[in-house]
Amino acid sequence: MSLLYTKQLTRAYGGVIAVSDVDFSVEKNSISGLIGPNGAGKTTLFNNVTGMDIPTSGSVHFNDKDITGVPAFKISRLGIARTFQNIRLFKEMSVLENVMIGRHFKSGRSMISGRTVNALTSYMKMKSEEKDVYDKAREWLDFFGLDEARNEAAKNLPYGNQRELEIARAMATEPELLFLDEPAAGMNPQETDHLMSTIRRIRDLGVTVLLIEHDMKLVMNICEHITVLNYGKKIAEGNPSEIQKNPLVIEAYLGKED
Amino acid sequence: MGSISEVFQHLLNGLTLGGIYALIALGYTMVYGILKFINFAHGEILMVGAYVGMFAFDFLRGDMPYGPLMLVVFFIAMIIAMIISAVLGMAIEKIAYKPLRKATRLAPLLSAIGVSFILSNLAAYIWGTKSRKFDYPFDNTAYNIGGVAITPHQILILVVSMILMIGLKLYIDKTRMGKAMRATSLDQDVAALMGIDVNKVISLTFAIGSGLAATAGILVALDFKVYPTMGAMAGLKAFVAAVVGGIGNITGAMVGGILLGLLETFGVAVLGIPQGLKDTIAFGILIIILLVKPEGLLGKAEREKV
Amino acid sequence: MINFLLLILIYTGLYALLALGQNIITGFTGLLSLCAAGFFAIGSYTTAILTVNYGWSFWFTIPLAGVLAALAGALIGLPTLRLKGDYLAIATLGFGEIIRNVILNWDSLTRGPMGINGIPMPTIFGMVINPYRKWGYLTLVWIFVIVFYFLLKRLTRSRMGRALEAIKEDEIAAYSMGINTTKYKVWAFMVGAFVAGCAGSLQAGFTLSVTPNTYTFMVSVMVLCMVVLGGMGNHLAVILGALIIQLAAEFPRLLGLSSTVPPQFKQIVFGLILVIMMIYRPQGIVGRKKVNYDKFVGNETRRVAKKSEVN
Repeated sequence: MSLLYTKQLTRAYGGVIAVSDVDFSVEKNSISGLIGPNGAGKTTLFNNVTGMDIPTSGSVHFNDKDITGVPAFKISRLGIARTFQNIRLFKEMSVLENVMIGRHFKSGRSMISGRTVNALTSYMKMKSEEKDVYDKAREWLDFFGLDEARNEAAKNLPYGNQRELEIARAMATEPELLFLDEPAAGMNPQETDHLMSTIRRIRDLGVTVLLIEHDMKLVMNICEHITVLNYGKKIAEGNPSEIQKNPLVIEAYLGKED
Repeated sequence: MGSISEVFQHLLNGLTLGGIYALIALGYTMVYGILKFINFAHGEILMVGAYVGMFAFDFLRGDMPYGPLMLVVFFIAMIIAMIISAVLGMAIEKIAYKPLRKATRLAPLLSAIGVSFILSNLAAYIWGTKSRKFDYPFDNTAYNIGGVAITPHQILILVVSMILMIGLKLYIDKTRMGKAMRATSLDQDVAALMGIDVNKVISLTFAIGSGLAATAGILVALDFKVYPTMGAMAGLKAFVAAVVGGIGNITGAMVGGILLGLLETFGVAVLGIPQGLKDTIAFGILIIILLVKPEGLLGKAEREKV
Repeated sequence: MINFLLLILIYTGLYALLALGQNIITGFTGLLSLCAAGFFAIGSYTTAILTVNYGWSFWFTIPLAGVLAALAGALIGLPTLRLKGDYLAIATLGFGEIIRNVILNWDSLTRGPMGINGIPMPTIFGMVINPYRKWGYLTLVWIFVIVFYFLLKRLTRSRMGRALEAIKEDEIAAYSMGINTTKYKVWAFMVGAFVAGCAGSLQAGFTLSVTPNTYTFMVSVMVLCMVVLGGMGNHLAVILGALIIQLAAEFPRLLGLSSTVPPQFKQIVFGLILVIMMIYRPQGIVGRKKVNYDKFVGNETRRVAKKSEVN
């Protein structure tokens, strides 16, 4: 069953069509890849699905619900979390706080009073709520092996850890679907290996993973299903060996990579 | 609404006011185009320019009678004011903004507010808070053309602002340095890689913007005198003009300035908005524009890259 | 002399309230607002008009002053949500000027440039808090400072405070983490304005008269200076900032030098503070308050047990 699919998704900026008529789907509990040369429209597609941008036409469906044009903060509440191509951490805040923010909408619900009133009136309640957030955040930090560094400012982490922290923050929202935008960019081979095992462990938690990546070794290694975009159009999809043999894909990449 | 000649009268008044706004707005827009921040101290540079112009003019003319020679002296004083303001603008950039280029967005803004405070209060300390008269370099008796009263001062404003705006437009569109400025405003890093001396471009931008502000300051001062806080309101409104036209867009600043001048004049004359609330018109327009078309009339919508 | 010191401390308290409010907007949420003076004015005029014209009790006007200022905050917050830093600064500046313009021109309600005189002295349990005797009012103002300090500390140490700081750090990332950035930005404006409104109310009760030229752009810049100087996002630090700025502003008079030091001196100092702080110490004297969550909510023993369960 497709957890997420788009129907004829198109995004044009003025005359430039960044994504054109793309039918694209992600199977539940899979690790899927979205690849294509630079400027193929991968990030645009990501942004249109996660509510950071609104499609010109076409629709996006998640769990069979039409989520086209739903703003990003609601999409993340529906169960889609993401990371960014150029890391967007809350730099001055601690590692722990970064992950705690991921718990934002999972906490603070109150039946009667608003949250502001809640925070002001009941110290005990606030404290127990904070404790839940804190405990959960530390569990996720454990999962990513970042717990030791929890009181460091996020900007002081080594690069590879910053990337993983961004994933940890996204995972703290307990998504069904995790979008990773070039997670291995700038990583050295050891960091990439570690990332691959992390992604597999995330999938083992029952989370579906979709990633954009240029590192073909990583993509061919861990993705079960790959979609290829070129010039905003979908040119191929299939499993890694199919994609590697596909003449259209080879053509799209030839002269660029090899 | 009154007769045709009345309409023309308001049109003329609006255009002259707008010409001044446009001159000031250019400085905001050029700096924003390149550094992406609002130079809060721009209005104070205008004020300093007006003072310098006044002192230079008073010193040079002695007790010269009205005449062509006096106009020449006036323009010399204006050029002196432009040069000194340009130097001041560049110095401010070097001292208060340059160290903050890599800082958060808030930092240069706060620093600029600081600079503007320092300048206006320093001026009040040195030159006193009393407003001083900037004498007309000519007999400012209005001519009457078909029922429309036009003063030599208005002619001066129209001619000077027209020449400067056309000159600037040509400079930016046609010269090498102009091209470098446009390139820098598009992408500073790439411009630097292409061998453009970005620091020089930024300095030049501040110099030109400050020079234009000095001119505008002198033109305003002829009617409204010179005083330490004269830059604040003029600067604010010109900023509104820059936003209305599309901040970062040079033609937009000109259009926005003239439009704001016309709207204010007609707002008071035709819609009967009380004079006391005249300044409110500009801010009302600002808030409406920001809501409806935040990129301004001629600006391009900027999308933050995700 | 002691009287003058008390006066400075009362004003420090009033400005500390303004700074606490500004800190929510600028220090935590990263929105550069330049209309603290506007919210302050709304608070003062609410109290002045209601006590003088309608015979309200001073105490009841305080919350209303806060609420009206908060509504003004929402009014400015709502349209500006779409604006980035610099635009927001100008829009709020314009808004502050509009408030002052309206007060100046709405003669029938505000008596225009003349202002409103004859605000009755506040009384409590039949006792008059006479502003001229200072001690009583000093206590009153600082009670407010302490109460707001604790309330705001509580608010910002919850998920809300984190959400605000996340917005300051990276709005797009905050948005994608499920934070309704729009809502929080308006909320920040409203809370900040509420505090400033209450400060205005207290100020009216102290000076017993209000005039429009008390609420100039200068006031907004001063408040901003306090936040920047003390440390953005740190409640205690901005109160310290308020004290330092007040002392800096009044020290010529404190030392009896007011005849030799020009009146522009303090504004020049504020300007210098802004520039120098931005270049050399943008985080302020104290800097951001780091919450030690391990101590605040953590409970290491329980955690260790849990950890072994997870693995």
